[in-house]
Amino acid sequence: MSKKAQSYWKVNLKYLAILLSIWFLVSFLFGIALAESLNQFYIAGFPLGFWFAHQGSIYTFVILIFVYVFLMNKLDKKFDVDEN
Amino acid sequence: MSAQIWTYLLVGFTFFIYILIAIVSRAGSTKEFYVAGGGVNPIANGMATAADWMSAASFLSMAGLIAFMGFSGGQYLMGWTGGYVLLALLLAPYLRKFGKFTVPDFIGERYYSKNARLVALICALFVSFTYVVGQMKGVGVAFARFLNVPFDTGVLIGIGIVFFYAVLGGMKGITYTQVAQFCVLIFAFTVPAIFISLQMTGNPVPQIGFGSKGNDGVFLLEKLNQLSVDLGFDAYTSVNKDNLVNMFFITGALMFGTAGLPHVIVRFFTVPRVKDARISAGWALLFIAILYTTAPAVAVFARTNLINTLSNAKYEDAPSWFKNWEKTGLLTFEDKNNDGKIQYVADANLNELKVDQDIIVLANPEIANLPPWVIGLVVAGGLAAALSTAAGLLLVISTSISHDLLKNYLRPDISEKGELYAARIAIAVAVVAAGLAGLNPPGFVAQVVALAFGLAASSFFPAIILGIFDKRMNREGAISGMIIGILFTASYIIHFKPQLGGTGIPDDFWWGISPEGIGTLGMLINFVVAISVSRLTTKPPKDVQELTESIRTPRGSITPKNSLH
Repeated sequence: MSKKAQSYWKVNLKYLAILLSIWFLVSFLFGIALAESLNQFYIAGFPLGFWFAHQGSIYTFVILIFVYVFLMNKLDKKFDVDEN
Repeated sequence: MSAQIWTYLLVGFTFFIYILIAIVSRAGSTKEFYVAGGGVNPIANGMATAADWMSAASFLSMAGLIAFMGFSGGQYLMGWTGGYVLLALLLAPYLRKFGKFTVPDFIGERYYSKNARLVALICALFVSFTYVVGQMKGVGVAFARFLNVPFDTGVLIGIGIVFFYAVLGGMKGITYTQVAQFCVLIFAFTVPAIFISLQMTGNPVPQIGFGSKGNDGVFLLEKLNQLSVDLGFDAYTSVNKDNLVNMFFITGALMFGTAGLPHVIVRFFTVPRVKDARISAGWALLFIAILYTTAPAVAVFARTNLINTLSNAKYEDAPSWFKNWEKTGLLTFEDKNNDGKIQYVADANLNELKVDQDIIVLANPEIANLPPWVIGLVVAGGLAAALSTAAGLLLVISTSISHDLLKNYLRPDISEKGELYAARIAIAVAVVAAGLAGLNPPGFVAQVVALAFGLAASSFFPAIILGIFDKRMNREGAISGMIIGILFTASYIIHFKPQLGGTGIPDDFWWGISPEGIGTLGMLINFVVAISVSRLTTKPPKDVQELTESIRTPRGSITPKNSLH
């Protein structure tokens, strides 16, 4: 693997690590493991833990994918590996 | 006009459109038949993927399921959406770069092994067939209940329609039909929800409405919690602590299973470029999220309405929809204390009302007194959901047979024309077989769906991820991981599912994990076994290492050693 391809891959992996941590946080932690403590707080009439399990995690998932697309399109250009 | 006539009109009209689209988008080559020519616009592909993914179960059963589960129902909402993040970030772009037609293609080439391809092929066939039988049954039920045709005739009409556009159009016909089906099903799901949200909270957005104050100035969720507790149920939004580990594992199994299901993965082979595969997963999830964020609102509205309308109401005053659904046996009332009133309480000995979760979405428009055309719309939406999922699955089955089995295994010298012909015959046979199985479904169809997700999570998902992210992963590691993952998951599920002949009881669940969630553990075992075995055996050949490198960057072409076309 060339140097360039290696550093492209490294940045990609860094993005993945950050975005997937958020994915895990909002669903498995906020929506399940920590839901009971979060339910003491309210957002727009919803107990917070319940909201993450039934609404918030889904919105976050959608945003995560679009953020990834934006980051990767920029990265592809920067490393000149984008398709024509 | 009555609901009946509206239903005929709307269902007839939507079917006419599907057939029209199928005729316009016929497939002329195997590439068009398998992956719609690889030139589908990412937004259109997102809609098609969403329609493919959202089955009769998502449309008809999920909101009802959540209505009776409360907080824990979140496992389906998160589980069936979170997998798309994994798809977009970890699978879709790389598989698109790899640029073949099927999951067994990838497994077979990345692990340079015909046996690996065969294992993948068998899994793909099993998972898809299980699923499609359930859809065919859904079509029959919807027809039978709303169009007054016998169940069998309903299934036969369903077979006829899918047969027509799947055999003719292949993936190309299916994709564009699914775009239309998505529009029908999402309109049909959200319109009643908006009406009911306006009625109950004055807010037209159901996602906000179910957290708002009702007409009496009390927060809707607070009211529902109170009503539930008064009747002896758990508060709707409260966390079920004994079930948390299980919920964690089920959510995981559904997410990893989603990302490993062949009929979902194949959608990302249909777009032109790697960047289109990424964004296409984003569009798909956005379109899916419209339904998946509306469903929990529908659940809260329906449960509140149900309790308000029926709890302690006199049986003779029960609304007409109550009597109508009683006839179907999906809603039953037994006056245990002979006071002529309906007691709906948590205590099974005193409870007099049983409501099947499947009728919540269908009965919702009637419960909320919506106009009759809305009922027709919901039926058309349910059929769109069932047909679109069935078509996508049937295509995977036919591709597995004509491409993976025939072209790559039995008759490598088959011509392009011959392969297309074989694909058409395979899909025709698959449609009829699925229809026949749907006519006479084995009692365990619903149970086997757990198996489908579990197997996808414990076999395909790790094998594909490691194939992309671990250059050192070799044939020995991947195959042993897949086989041990599948064997473990399948044995656990069968052991604890009496419907599949198992003898295990829930008290013996490992850490309280039910069969629906065991796929997560199976996946972890697969990862551990695959990585350990691969490190103890020889490196994969040089050309395979190069293949792994080249799928990691979007640009450049891939030249595998045994080019297929």
